[in-house]
Amino acid sequence: MDITINILLTIATAATPLLIAAIGELVVERSGVLNLGVEGMMIMGAVGGFGAGYLTGSPWIGLLAAIIVGALFSLLFAVMTLSLATNQVATGLSLTLLGLGLSGMIGTSFVGQPGVRLPNLDIPGISSIPVVGKLVFGQDPVFYISIALTAAVMWFLFKTRTGLTLRSIGDSHTSAHALGIKVIRYRYLAVIFGGACAGLAGGHLSLVYTPQWVENMSAGRGWIALALVVFASWRPWRVLAGAYIFGAVWIGQLHAQAFGIPVPSQFLSSLPYLATIVVLVLISRNKRLTMMNTPASLGQPFVPDR
Amino acid sequence: MRIELVKRPQRSALFSMLSPFIAFALTIIAGAIMFALLGVNPLNAFEIYFVEPISQVWQLHELAIKAAPLILIAVGLSVCYKANIWNIGAEGQFIFGAIFGSIIPVLFPQFEGPLVIPLMLLLGMFGGAFYASIPALLKTRFSTNEILTSLMLVYVAQLFLDWLVRGPWRDPQGHGFPQTIQFGDSAVLPELMPDAGRANWGFVFALVAAVAIWLMMSRMLKGFEVRVLGSSPRAGRFAGFGFNKMVFFAFLLSGALAGLAGISEVSGAIGQLQPVISPGYGFTAIIVAFLGRLNPLGIVAAGLVLALTYLGGEAVQSALGISDKVARVFQGMLLFFVLGCDTLIHYRIRLIGMALTKSKGAAQLEAAPKLGEAR
Repeated sequence: MDITINILLTIATAATPLLIAAIGELVVERSGVLNLGVEGMMIMGAVGGFGAGYLTGSPWIGLLAAIIVGALFSLLFAVMTLSLATNQVATGLSLTLLGLGLSGMIGTSFVGQPGVRLPNLDIPGISSIPVVGKLVFGQDPVFYISIALTAAVMWFLFKTRTGLTLRSIGDSHTSAHALGIKVIRYRYLAVIFGGACAGLAGGHLSLVYTPQWVENMSAGRGWIALALVVFASWRPWRVLAGAYIFGAVWIGQLHAQAFGIPVPSQFLSSLPYLATIVVLVLISRNKRLTMMNTPASLGQPFVPDR
Repeated sequence: MRIELVKRPQRSALFSMLSPFIAFALTIIAGAIMFALLGVNPLNAFEIYFVEPISQVWQLHELAIKAAPLILIAVGLSVCYKANIWNIGAEGQFIFGAIFGSIIPVLFPQFEGPLVIPLMLLLGMFGGAFYASIPALLKTRFSTNEILTSLMLVYVAQLFLDWLVRGPWRDPQGHGFPQTIQFGDSAVLPELMPDAGRANWGFVFALVAAVAIWLMMSRMLKGFEVRVLGSSPRAGRFAGFGFNKMVFFAFLLSGALAGLAGISEVSGAIGQLQPVISPGYGFTAIIVAFLGRLNPLGIVAAGLVLALTYLGGEAVQSALGISDKVARVFQGMLLFFVLGCDTLIHYRIRLIGMALTKSKGAAQLEAAPKLGEAR
């Protein structure tokens, strides 16, 4: 019983950063922008969060710093693609490359330093209830943020006027522009929101998941988050499901390694990446479904004419 | 302040030529700020970074060694990107080229003679092309996004290589080090001028590939096909060019070149397989391709510049104690500025000030330009 609960808890911890980063990217893509820089923003959030937490001693300040660093870093992408109309694929890639380099340089002095960890929720009397207590009331704060964030994005996109406007921009920026909607401003805000989410996801990695700084510690999670958005066909609740499936794969292979299953550890480690490919193939096989759900102006630059 | 883009009637030839240079100048300025923030005199740092690593002949050879894989990979990628096909998994294709090419020296070390090297190179190209055919197949057959699949395969390739050199291919006499046996003499790519430095035939392959791809893109029908399908797939279909065939062509070509780069690196510069055989050449080559304006000849120049950023990174690390990650930062900034400067080719940039409204509240910032027009 205890083992099952522990496995469920670790799955939730592994799924949380994927969920947060993917939910952020989902909003960005719904506005018609493809930001391939998730991995870069995430690792910048991780190093920023670790650094701020390490220097101030407060994991909460670290978490806040992670969000701010992610948002600021995404602003770079926003200026390039939205104001200068650069190629979104290439710019996103360069954001990732720059983020990986910059975080490595900033983090040189953090390697091997003890980090600070966000404490788990602990409500006296309730968190110690068997089974439910730990799972529902005893996880790290970011877990609750991730669930609330998913619900909030779901509500925002499908139940509010502004959300409808955002989706309309993603489907046809020219029509939206003709209606007098400020396409570029909406997209700026969406990209910055996505950056803040990726930063928060990175902060979770370096302040909760493994409270220390390791170079390239995001290990492709930003890319998996991007794949999750496609897998979820741009629906928030499917992102939630996908993130937990991938969290389970990630944890499953770690447990398999620990149990000494007679398969080389490298093969087990490559499972999350192979699973991503398999899932993408399964989803994109159904062309009609993909065509129907993809924001129609995804990845296309937009220059308003006056 | 707001940035507004005004479309040029036609693309600017001037900025098309100048943009890499402006980007480089901007990178230098940003780099100077970065060094100053790190508490290093920027002029001193730049001398160590950009001048000292190429002030002697043997160092030029080191430059050629670093530039060769970058150029080889980047010319292949340039064909992909021209066709609007996004292969970003060259790092994995590089690794698979190295693994396939190493089959002969690792598993059949007794096989010697002048045939060994050509066979290794062919196997390397095959390995890279084979690995690149996976995302191509998935894209054409299931229309799976090639960006994500090719990238995921990089992680898989790195883990596979790690398993090989720690497991079945490990040198039994290697004192437990994770590496294969040293390649025999006839499996080592010869050096061009052994007396002067270490540069090997890999650099020649890179130059030949660049010229060949340049000829193909500018003088042959295939190059025209790539450009048409890249800029307008619809027009390409009317012309009878098949998109799926193009996906395979671009992936196999870039994969084969990345594989060639991989086996050349392992057989020339390293001499055996190790868990890590590339300092991110496959990703840096993306920057090389864009800095070279997706033109094979421009890529040769860009490859030398990016090779210098690697050498400079090592130099500042040993001389100033700054992390060699500084090279990655330089490379990332360079790509950013190139992409930004490319905007100037198609657009004029107008800065629209909001001086008029400065004294008023922030809430009115929006309405103010309209008021101005009304007057």
